[in-house]
Amino acid sequence: MYRRWLWPSLSFPGVLWLIVLFVVPFYAVLAVSLGTVDPILFQPVPIWNPLEWNVGWLQEALQRLAPGGIWFDVGIRTIVYVALSLVLCLLIGYPVAYYTARHAGRWKGLILILIILPLWISYMMRMLAWVNLLQADGYINRFLMFTHVLSQPRDWLGGSSSTVIFALVYGYIPYLILPLFASLDRIERSHVEAARDLGASPWSAFRTVTLPLSKTGILGGAVLITLPMFGDYYTPNIVSMSPKTSMIGNQIDLYFHGGPQPTLGAALTIILAVFLTFLMAYYMWSIHRAQRDVGAVGAL
Amino acid sequence: MTTVAEQRPAAGFSTSARLRGWLRNPWGKPRFLVLITWAYILWSIVPVLIAVQFSFNETRSRTVWDSFSTRWYWGDPVDSVWHDPTLRHALVQTFKLAGADVLIAVPIGVLLALGLARWHGRGSAASNFIMLFPLVTPEIVMGVSLLLVFSELFTFIHTGTTAQILGHVTFSISFVVVIVRGRLFSIGRQYEEAAADLGASPFVALTRVLLPLLTPAIVAAAAVVFAISADDFVISQWLSRGGDTDTVPIRIYSATRAAPLPSVNAIATIMMVITLLIVTLGFLTWRAFTRGESKAGTAAEDFGTAFRL
Repeated sequence: MYRRWLWPSLSFPGVLWLIVLFVVPFYAVLAVSLGTVDPILFQPVPIWNPLEWNVGWLQEALQRLAPGGIWFDVGIRTIVYVALSLVLCLLIGYPVAYYTARHAGRWKGLILILIILPLWISYMMRMLAWVNLLQADGYINRFLMFTHVLSQPRDWLGGSSSTVIFALVYGYIPYLILPLFASLDRIERSHVEAARDLGASPWSAFRTVTLPLSKTGILGGAVLITLPMFGDYYTPNIVSMSPKTSMIGNQIDLYFHGGPQPTLGAALTIILAVFLTFLMAYYMWSIHRAQRDVGAVGAL
Repeated sequence: MTTVAEQRPAAGFSTSARLRGWLRNPWGKPRFLVLITWAYILWSIVPVLIAVQFSFNETRSRTVWDSFSTRWYWGDPVDSVWHDPTLRHALVQTFKLAGADVLIAVPIGVLLALGLARWHGRGSAASNFIMLFPLVTPEIVMGVSLLLVFSELFTFIHTGTTAQILGHVTFSISFVVVIVRGRLFSIGRQYEEAAADLGASPFVALTRVLLPLLTPAIVAAAAVVFAISADDFVISQWLSRGGDTDTVPIRIYSATRAAPLPSVNAIATIMMVITLLIVTLGFLTWRAFTRGESKAGTAAEDFGTAFRL
């Protein structure tokens, strides 16, 4: 009933916008990182023609990230922080999502709203809240001293890795719980009941039915929180302000805001983007496989 | 044949029995889950409430409670949100960006959602791919690329409000598409086809039948775009030229790194209340429009899942 050109022309403004302000800018990062630097002004000189690209700065950045390079520690630290935060988020988030989907009963609506609520509270507000609590004379230190866990106030905000990981978990966990809940909520109760009727213990029914069926939610949530965590620089800056806890994102931030070498920062951005693309491809492949396996369970 | 019955206490047992059960086995399946869920909810919300409480503190401390006052909102002649020009400008800038973002990103996103949902010709797969990418790109990558494109290629656009609006719209469009497209799929095509059978022209079918059916999704998308724009820190910061183009999240960020006053808590509280009000309005509109379409109670879930994918 509609003319054939209608749908492409409706898409046109949006696609054009994203090409001009998403695809072209990304190409600009490539052109800067594979360009040269003005020897006198130290300004980046982008090279727009791919045939003339200069890989020198990209090589420099890769060398710095390799073992023995000055960014090696930062790279490893970023991966460790993100991995630990992901594990902690899953350990806390899975039981919460599981309870909400399965056992919450008449409380389900309320719990769901309370779980969604933090998503609508500004990230900076939530970080500010913890900065207040973790001050030398803040509630956390006072509570720990009152209960005699600590004899004197601890400096939580002076560059401690555990504080940064704690802040990452606090900041990103709501984004994980929601997809987890969605996937757990979709599981048919009859599948679990069938397993129990066939003699499975509650634990083995969980392990062989619920857990595999929620795998897409686990992986989807993991994508949703690990990708932004790898690019995070503000969380470590807010709760630590120390180079001892700086991540890849802080390094990029440093090279643009205050550092003299945007070219190196652009090269690092490209490396991060390529790394994340591989990570996402791996997630997509795992989700695809998990969905195929779930299809097999459904066919039974 | 053996039946595997679950070990459950009889219904209607007394509080003391329940308490004894708790003490005997605090790690029993649902009890452990109840405990961890409510502990999680308290952990995620109470710190924010404490931060709100200290925005009403009488003294300059954000850690020691004195007495209730509205000093940091308007009472203090120098440092309150109302009197401190940097804080006031931050509020204005945040609303400017969020308002412009809604006005630009929502129409573009709605058209793109319609187009991508129905267009199956050459180029549709690639367009869909481009639309999904901003959702998974870390903001720092987007911030770097926009900063570089404005400094190296589109040099006629300087950092500041215009650049910030362009950046916000770029990351908002995909959210609008995801929300509106979800609604498009759940409506199906039968209403438009019925309109066409009754003699409506394609234009009338689109504007008089499909568009009103999409209203709840459009309202929800507008609320979401407002909230993510007001909450955004990275893009605003990378494209800010300082001074009065700093938004509220940037002010909070730089204040926590210096020695902040409770006025920072006050401005954060103001932003939080406004964002929550707008999101609640969006949710109520969504529910009012979709009432009767699905089971009660699932509206919240639809809304919640529509939001962050």
